[in-house]
Amino acid sequence: MAKMTMVEAINMAHAWEMARDPSVVVLGEDVGINGGVFRATVGLQQRFGKQRVQDTPLAEGLIAGTAVGLAAQGLRPVAEIQFMGFIYPALDQIASHMARLRNRTRGRLTCPLVMRMPHGGGIHAPEHHSESLEALLCHHPGLQVVCPSSPARAYGLLLAAIRSPDPVLFLEPVRLYRFARQEVADDGQALPLGRCFVLREGSDLTLVTWGAMTVDSLKAAEQLAAEGVSCEVLDVGTLSPIDFDAILDSVVKTGRLVVVHEAARNCGVGAEIAATVAEHALYDLLAPIRRVTGYDTIMPLYRLEHDYIPGVARIVDAVRAAMAE
Amino acid sequence: MFKCYDSPMSQHHVVARFEIAYRACLDDDGKPIGALPEFVEDGELLRRMYRMMVRARAFDAKAVNLQRTGKLGTYPSCLGHEAAHVGVGAAMRPEDVLFTVYREIGTKFWRGVGLLDILLYWGGDERGTLYERTPQDFPFCVPIGSQMAHAAGAALAMQIRGEPRCALAFIGDGGTSQGAFYEAINLAGVKALPLVCVIVNNRWAISVPVTAQSAAQTLAQKAVAAGIPALQVDGNDVLVVYEAVAEALARARSGGGPTVIEALTYRLSDHTTSDDATRYRSAQEVEAARRVEPIARMRNFLSARGLWDGAAEEALRRECSDEIETAVQQYLSTPKQSTDAMFDYLYAQLPPTLRAQREEARRYAAPGH
Repeated sequence: MAKMTMVEAINMAHAWEMARDPSVVVLGEDVGINGGVFRATVGLQQRFGKQRVQDTPLAEGLIAGTAVGLAAQGLRPVAEIQFMGFIYPALDQIASHMARLRNRTRGRLTCPLVMRMPHGGGIHAPEHHSESLEALLCHHPGLQVVCPSSPARAYGLLLAAIRSPDPVLFLEPVRLYRFARQEVADDGQALPLGRCFVLREGSDLTLVTWGAMTVDSLKAAEQLAAEGVSCEVLDVGTLSPIDFDAILDSVVKTGRLVVVHEAARNCGVGAEIAATVAEHALYDLLAPIRRVTGYDTIMPLYRLEHDYIPGVARIVDAVRAAMAE
Repeated sequence: MFKCYDSPMSQHHVVARFEIAYRACLDDDGKPIGALPEFVEDGELLRRMYRMMVRARAFDAKAVNLQRTGKLGTYPSCLGHEAAHVGVGAAMRPEDVLFTVYREIGTKFWRGVGLLDILLYWGGDERGTLYERTPQDFPFCVPIGSQMAHAAGAALAMQIRGEPRCALAFIGDGGTSQGAFYEAINLAGVKALPLVCVIVNNRWAISVPVTAQSAAQTLAQKAVAAGIPALQVDGNDVLVVYEAVAEALARARSGGGPTVIEALTYRLSDHTTSDDATRYRSAQEVEAARRVEPIARMRNFLSARGLWDGAAEEALRRECSDEIETAVQQYLSTPKQSTDAMFDYLYAQLPPTLRAQREEARRYAAPGH
């Protein structure tokens, strides 16, 4: 098995599925000869041709709406949005059509498509290039929102996303694109959507997180283990529809919950997780639920970005506070 | 490229010009303006188009009446648009795909959508989008302009697969102010997509007249910036609508790329049954528009050619009335969907997290029709 970065694994998943399924097409800005600004689609146009890998004009709403039309015609578009901060013009298409087409036609027309986009900050990018906007998408029934946290999970989840009969918004943590190399088997095996992944087992407290924050959460868990605190780390993986059963099972086992996410706190996915745990497992809790999140501020320009993004210290402190209750 | 900057001829010269042609076959009274297109020899086609226009108008009147008596939700009348709608339907092939706004029942009826479908949709029931006889057509599109991108996507799919099919998208005069309109025709131009866009310019976007919508002399010329051929036609003349759309579809089907057609018509009705157009436009203006409405002129044309008479008219009216009555009875006796219907079509499979909500909805299901 080859060791590779997440962005290479994403590229490999595209190639596997395009070779397997002739209905898979790739579209977006600069996805052709340039291979995408992060090189996620590099080589695909050369290998699969200009019909199946198409650069589009610079219009995110158009990319999303075109993907809806392609998918309803039976193709499987994988569309790239260059950065998640540019998703806003596409929201009308995502919310008004992509999420609703199956429902509003009673299943007659469907949207089997993937919209991929870099998610989050931490790479010294310019303004509007570091946003974490998953909550905007999770609020819409009919969508699936997926956020991988390693090269292997990116490969397996992207395959599952392309094969899914319903639309998937695929959020790729920029910080992890080239963060670490991992052995990834190019075997075409998809990972399940709608399931959490247990990244570390533990007995005292559950850390629920996703995307790039899994790295910090695992580091925090390692540090806390030295203090005798045993953290279970769950990678949510699919943020909508979310696997609450796995979260509840873990919290019932450990009795404590800290949710960690990079996005702002207000109306974030962490709020939904906390509320659901409070509804279903309040009496199993030994301490109040805590959230470690980005602040309810504008994502700062990059000199302050690591002050915005929660780090290991904030996670460790939240766990310690929960353990002290 | 950028010849305008480095031309040795002169510092300032014209680098682009355009003109927009206007076409019509019939005058306001239904008399031929000049030589007619060949297809007018097909009397049966002309009668079919006329019959469909009458059918759409009769259904439309009934739908407004049902809304007024509390039996239908808000309904957008198509009164006055029948030629623009039916001419497009007649020019399309069954394998083409239709993308509408929400008023184009004449096109939908032509393509086999049932009266019951339309009643169910405006009567608050998603089953009105099932379109059994035209399964690839999109349902009505309420967010203005957004259907343009779907049509471009469908046209791109046809092009990728090398299929001799076309996407046809309607949009209104107000819709041409939306970014989605420009974005889609821009894509269609750059990729030479098999897409035909029909702008139904009915002069009013609710209360905003087209003169307040755009300073452009025509809406058709918006296509010029996308590098797309465009023309303007008399949208109350079903012959020219049919002719222009058929030509554009034939060109698109053979790889010749997209066309934008602006059909000039007039919204004789309120915007919807929730609107009162007397608040913003004069009775004189509406009366003047009524004098050039599409159905009477087509009837005059058919009668003059010996293709139509009073007996045919009477039989048609009776037939429409019976068909509409049957559809209305079916609609009124269709029980509402169960609450499960809210959940069952969200995804191919209901996510486990939604099972409890589906149960809750069942327990609290509202009584009634």
